[in-house]
Amino acid sequence: MSKKKSDKRSTIIELRNVHKHYQMGENIVRAVDGLSIEVKEGEFVAIMGPSGSGKSTSMNLVGSLDVPTKGQIFLDGEDISTLTESDLAQIRGKKIGFIFQSFNLIPNLTAKENVMIPMMFQGVDEFERQQVAEELLKLVELSDRSDHYPNELSGGQRQRVAIARALANDPEVILADEPTGNLDTKTGNIVMEFLEKLNRQGKTIIMVTHEPDLAKAHADIVYWLIDGKLDKITKKKNGWSDTSKKKLKKLKYSEMK
Amino acid sequence: MIKDYFNLAFKNLKHRGIRSWLTLLGIFIGITAVVSLISLGEGLELAVAGQFGVSDTELISVQAGGLSNFGPPGSAVSNPLTEDELEAIEKLSSVDKAAKRYIKTGKLEYNDIVVFGYATSVPSGDDRDFIYDQLDSEPIVGRLLKDNDVNKVFLGYNFYVDKVGLDKEVIPGKTVLINDKKFEVIGILDKKGSFIFDNVVYMNEEDMEDLFEIKNEIDIIAVLPRYSDEMDKTKEDIEKVLRKVRDVKEGEEDFEVSTPEASLSTLNNILSGVQIFIIIVASISIFIGAIGIVNTMTTSVLERKREIGVMKSVGARNAHIFYQFFVESSMLGLLGGIVGALFGTFIGFVGTQALNSFLGSDLTPNINFGLIFFSLLGSFLIGGIAGIIPAMKASKQNPVDALRS
Repeated sequence: MSKKKSDKRSTIIELRNVHKHYQMGENIVRAVDGLSIEVKEGEFVAIMGPSGSGKSTSMNLVGSLDVPTKGQIFLDGEDISTLTESDLAQIRGKKIGFIFQSFNLIPNLTAKENVMIPMMFQGVDEFERQQVAEELLKLVELSDRSDHYPNELSGGQRQRVAIARALANDPEVILADEPTGNLDTKTGNIVMEFLEKLNRQGKTIIMVTHEPDLAKAHADIVYWLIDGKLDKITKKKNGWSDTSKKKLKKLKYSEMK
Repeated sequence: MIKDYFNLAFKNLKHRGIRSWLTLLGIFIGITAVVSLISLGEGLELAVAGQFGVSDTELISVQAGGLSNFGPPGSAVSNPLTEDELEAIEKLSSVDKAAKRYIKTGKLEYNDIVVFGYATSVPSGDDRDFIYDQLDSEPIVGRLLKDNDVNKVFLGYNFYVDKVGLDKEVIPGKTVLINDKKFEVIGILDKKGSFIFDNVVYMNEEDMEDLFEIKNEIDIIAVLPRYSDEMDKTKEDIEKVLRKVRDVKEGEEDFEVSTPEASLSTLNNILSGVQIFIIIVASISIFIGAIGIVNTMTTSVLERKREIGVMKSVGARNAHIFYQFFVESSMLGLLGGIVGALFGTFIGFVGTQALNSFLGSDLTPNINFGLIFFSLLGSFLIGGIAGIIPAMKASKQNPVDALRS
């Protein structure tokens, strides 16, 4: 089942010399300028960087929520940089599961209904939606909360519902934007354990975080975005090298988001 | 999928509670107005037809103009009809018979209760038979008036069934006080189904002249044309002779000669006018309701920007978002329509009952399913149309911006 340690893993997401520029009044903001990232199937990747480093923009591009001004993005071998908004929606609905810092559950839907939503947009029939949602809630240990509304759940429970929702269409990639940002350490650890578990089962995890300890503890590769440059720190088979550890320690004391 | 949109829309509307109800108020009022007043309009038409159904369609009525819209015919006019004018009309070759009638407002006391209503005169001699013929009714109890009856009256049916507010039925042999003068009740006229006849006190012309101190002031002249197919010619003759006697020019008449067809068509015109007015008011209300929906949905799009972002991030295409808001908006309209149709039907029922007790008519409450169906369809469509622009705005949200909000 686990593809993690396989040497011949295929590339699932690739950003080739990607630029994203915004027009802000008379100025052009170069949020991302020539970014190239390659994420292989089954990897656990952390993207880090200080505020304004283009971290969020990169995340949006990787998650196909946005299209680049220049450059190419490949998702599972398909160039998605020129697709229309609706086609992108269809692709991300199928291939990418999102987990947000602020959970982003729909307040007037129950936990189960929230999990069912992504399947609705893929045309899955209601019976199957119900079944899959129940299974996923069982997976995140929230079967007994399936009929609860988000405001009746704790932060950790909400994030677990969000994880279940991210898994609804059995995507290849899970994109987690500061998944523990709004949680206490203990609850955060539970959420991270779930992500690790999913990664062990073969899911590719891309996590944006500003916590080097979290990246060090869970990721295989850390991308560090600073001053428009990209630094890649890779975990060796036997763990982080001394140089990598030093870099990560340095990050810890850097100015974070 | 469509079912899912309806489910989602229902949950959203429920979630917004009072705001949803306030939004559908405009549509609700509009549909209530349309359903209730059109139902009532039908009732009114039936009632009016009923009123005319009981009167003879061969009679032409003549009355003086002026302030005749207030009170009974002929009252409060500046230049009432006179005996000379009656004679002039009688002499016309196209006229078979003409009889004068007094119609006055008075008070009637019985069972220690005072009510106000109309009294009308019954002429003497040949004219009496003519009027009785036209009334086309027999007494249900007792008898009708004769020429030599003094201080005697017969009453409309509603006095007999205690529908005039006296708390006790009046039967022949009883005495009533009319304008403080005693009158013996000698009979009750059979039910005519119209308050024009059923709520009225009938008394001999002489008694009426004494009681109301009438001096050469005729309220209404009932004319029977010699040939029933020459109604219009007779009308023209009457107008001509009255213009001469009253010395008025054509176009400046201070009197009115109306044939039953003309009166019926005038009333129908008024009813149509009322219905058109109601439809205009209802349309304005529905239009305002639609604006309300546009407003609420636009606010909703702004408020739920993040939700739209989430939906898009989990795979919603633009069309999915559009349909979600569109269906929600249509449902707002439909809910307004349903509540309005229910309430409108209820008002139609109550209104018909009120008409029955007021007019003494026998209308049965009528549920117009066609009207209800089209009202609901209309409100659903109006809701949908009102939601198009907000739904388009929602669908075109950029997912990144929407998620950031």
